[in-house]
Amino acid sequence: MKKIPSQLKMLSLATVLICSFSSIALAETEIQWWHAMGGVNGERVDKIAKDFNATQKEFKVVPVNKGNYTETMTAAVAAFRAKKQPHIVQVFEVGTATMMAAKGAVYPVEDVMKDAGVAFDKSDYLPAVISYYQQPDGKLLSMPFNSSTPVMWYNKDAFKKAGIDKVPETWTEVEAASKKLQASGMKCGFSFGWQSWVMIENFNAWHNLPSGTKENGFAGLDTELNFNSDAVISMMAKIGEWQKSKIFDYGGRRGDSLPKFVNGECGMWLNSSAYYGSIKKQAKFAFGQAMLPFNPKLIKKPQNSIIGGATLWTLKGHDKADYKGVALFMKYLSSPEVQSWWHQETGYVPITTAAYELSKKNGFYESNPGTDTAIKQLSLNTPTANSRGIRFGNFVQIRDVINEEMEAIWNGSKSAKEAMDTAVQRGNKLLRKFEKANK
Amino acid sequence: MLKQVHFKSSALPYMLVAPQIIITLVFFMWPASQAIYQSLLIEDAFGLSSQFVWFDNFKELFEDDRYIKTFGRTLFFSAMVAMLSLSVSLVLAAMADRVIRGTGIYRTLLIWPYAVAPVIAGALWVFLFYPTTGIISTFLTSMGYEWNHQLKGNQAMFLVVIAAAWKQISYNFLFFLAGMQSIPKSLIEAAAIDAAGPLKRFWTIIFPLITPTTFFLLVVNIVYAFFETFGIIHVVTKGGPANATEILVFKVYNDGFVGLDLGGSAAQSVILMILVIGMTIFQFKFIERKVEY
Amino acid sequence: MIENRPVSTAVSHLVLLAGVAIVLFPIWITIVAASHDVARLLEVPLPLGLGDQFFENLKQVVSTGVEGSTPIGIMLFNSLVMALMIAFGKITISLLSAYAIVYFDFRFRMLFFWMIFLTLMLPVEVRILPTYEVVAQLGMLDTYWGLTIPLIASATATFMFRQTFLSVPDELLEAARIDGAGPMQFFFDILIPVSRTSIAAMFVILFIYGWNQYLWPLLITTDKSMVTIVMSIKGMMEALEETPKWHHIMMTALLAMIPPVLVVIGMQKLFVKGLTETEK
Repeated sequence: MKKIPSQLKMLSLATVLICSFSSIALAETEIQWWHAMGGVNGERVDKIAKDFNATQKEFKVVPVNKGNYTETMTAAVAAFRAKKQPHIVQVFEVGTATMMAAKGAVYPVEDVMKDAGVAFDKSDYLPAVISYYQQPDGKLLSMPFNSSTPVMWYNKDAFKKAGIDKVPETWTEVEAASKKLQASGMKCGFSFGWQSWVMIENFNAWHNLPSGTKENGFAGLDTELNFNSDAVISMMAKIGEWQKSKIFDYGGRRGDSLPKFVNGECGMWLNSSAYYGSIKKQAKFAFGQAMLPFNPKLIKKPQNSIIGGATLWTLKGHDKADYKGVALFMKYLSSPEVQSWWHQETGYVPITTAAYELSKKNGFYESNPGTDTAIKQLSLNTPTANSRGIRFGNFVQIRDVINEEMEAIWNGSKSAKEAMDTAVQRGNKLLRKFEKANK
Repeated sequence: MLKQVHFKSSALPYMLVAPQIIITLVFFMWPASQAIYQSLLIEDAFGLSSQFVWFDNFKELFEDDRYIKTFGRTLFFSAMVAMLSLSVSLVLAAMADRVIRGTGIYRTLLIWPYAVAPVIAGALWVFLFYPTTGIISTFLTSMGYEWNHQLKGNQAMFLVVIAAAWKQISYNFLFFLAGMQSIPKSLIEAAAIDAAGPLKRFWTIIFPLITPTTFFLLVVNIVYAFFETFGIIHVVTKGGPANATEILVFKVYNDGFVGLDLGGSAAQSVILMILVIGMTIFQFKFIERKVEY
Repeated sequence: MIENRPVSTAVSHLVLLAGVAIVLFPIWITIVAASHDVARLLEVPLPLGLGDQFFENLKQVVSTGVEGSTPIGIMLFNSLVMALMIAFGKITISLLSAYAIVYFDFRFRMLFFWMIFLTLMLPVEVRILPTYEVVAQLGMLDTYWGLTIPLIASATATFMFRQTFLSVPDELLEAARIDGAGPMQFFFDILIPVSRTSIAAMFVILFIYGWNQYLWPLLITTDKSMVTIVMSIKGMMEALEETPKWHHIMMTALLAMIPPVLVVIGMQKLFVKGLTETEK
């Protein structure tokens, strides 16, 4: 029983090898790249690696899908503990504080480039994109890969039918537009996904309000959450009310509510700009994207939104020579051609100014109006301490807590104040635990 | 228990148990002891710095009423899964026991869900109840009942209970049917002569006689709901909304694997292990008694 | 049966048919969904009948592969190897250890007994990270050994064989002794043949258990040629920033379902007999 499968395995392995790799060179150094991109984006990741491998003969980048974001991160952590870590791992922005605190595990990308002698100029990168991932002294820790920001998607045809001639800019206008949409036969006005990111973290940044003390955690591990402010609570209370009359309709923690938008149930959808590809493929109506709505009572003009998505972290513990391959790959990844292709295909924002300019020059934004909303929104103003980003430890769990508490508002089991207070209190407990573990 | 008639000791029995003992030591005892040690630590995810904190992790768990609620929720979930799945399969088995022709065909058809992976079962039920497009959810909505298990905790609970019970119906059905078919026909005939109707016959004769089977299945179903429904919950609700479907095993996974709180998660593992040992001993006593019977 | 009342028999059949319809409904919908194209599966109301895209979807899933570049044949093959290795491995070690525990009197018998049975029910999800570390230290990541052996470390099969052996009449061993048979001869010539229904039942249970694993293979494999079919379904459902491609998911789910269903149905007589005999 043991013999036969292993022989068959060799046979099948040989078939795989022959089928999928046209050239096998033994001298190549393999660079393991663990990522969380499934589906079409997974195919794009494979293409990037394949194209890079074709540019040189020394290194071979091997992309491996390790499940979703959390599964990928945990797989890398477990692998590191067992000394089997990949060279590069894709970590979502929520995991940033955890990665940063792991100084013995992480090889800052800026050092990787410098040590390998690969030219690297930070000023090539868009400040709004990289500031989330910089140390206080400005050192860039990880390479932004797929970055996005929440925008407001809207159904142009439905707007026309409902007689809405101006895309809402404020929350009051969103409410009014929603009522018109409902009057014209739609089930709900709007929905959103990734709610902690969109409705708390970005809501605060957009209104230049803090989500936590110590510059949202950038200035120290002893940060405390303080998003249970009147501004947030009254917004949440409003949405809780709207859920009852279906001005707002909740549809899940991540992108699960996308069908509500593309099937024409809700006229507006607040979520990542990276849904561009899917919406384009699925929506049978004209759609547009606009900046997030704001509350003029809180701020005259919106500040800027913060980034989401994931970056590529380099992990320590491999041969020095391997890291040259990593550096070359990072360099390749940030090249204007690769970046603008990735940006245009996926809806993620370009990470370098050059890629943005290239997309402009190619006329991408003219033929696809609205696709530069995300980048404009990110760089609307110079980021402040409130709008640079979020850096909380144990943030994966804290987001879960926030999700739970928000859901309790939507289904009416808690008042907005009660829920936000509990979320802050539970979150702070997790922050203290993180502080203790990382002393 | 040892056979009355048995072999005397030699090197042979040690060689026979060796493979299993080695595997158990290396892949169970060793990781389990690691988990116990880890439950006394607060550690960062990468294992770069850690502190020994004695029983702080446990203390924190029992001070958290959310954890206590998870216990209650797990019991509720298990009871619901067991009840739903047992009652449906009991009815079907009773019917299959009555009909003369077709029992084999019914059995073949009802056995399917047993073979379906929990992850896949979860995917099927998600597809049926997907809030905007699912077949059943849109049907319910058109009937005026609003379905959104991503918002409403009780609907989410209902959905995972159905998905979990569905998978277990096959197993229960097989056991019930076999139990009923092993009842001597003469008993039932005697009752029929006493002019007892089919329903009365079922409750007074058949049901009492299959009590051991029912009790055995109850234990199996509860264990199943406790530990083997992980894949279903993982795909269907991820424990949400607002914790409504988070059961003990899922919380261990979620805190450790997703949240990377290794100490807290390990402490929960240890509590579960103790629970499991208790349940094992209980099940043992029960089955042991039955065998000696 | 007892009284020949066509009405009550008809009612029984009706209830059974309704039961079968409810139980099989999700599976029917799987087949339906696998036979439509992706656009149709986003339009409300969804179809209840078969579409004409079944073979087209099958072709797409089989030829282009679903997750990255791992062809579906390789995934099915990996699942099969995993299921078979778990089934045979566990049956082998469990028969041996149950035999030792039931038929031999030796020192530490009870210690070994409890050591094995403590592992009875604790699922791998609960101890997954420490187990991963052990497997990694032993260099078994990305191997079939790593995929299977840690899952063999549980006592369900040993438990069941112990029950079976306990119900074997003592006369068999006495007779074998009179014939001068040694312990191993007794084991192979008598004990295994009389336990074959239990072994068959265990094979079905373990094959399905192995085939249906998800989290463990996901964690310990990085090599694309080691992906199993169940893993790929979860991956397809979680494609970032996209709605799931239900037609491919359902087609893959169907393909992933067929082998274990065939095993259960093909072996159902032995399976039922083995299970119920042991419990009686």
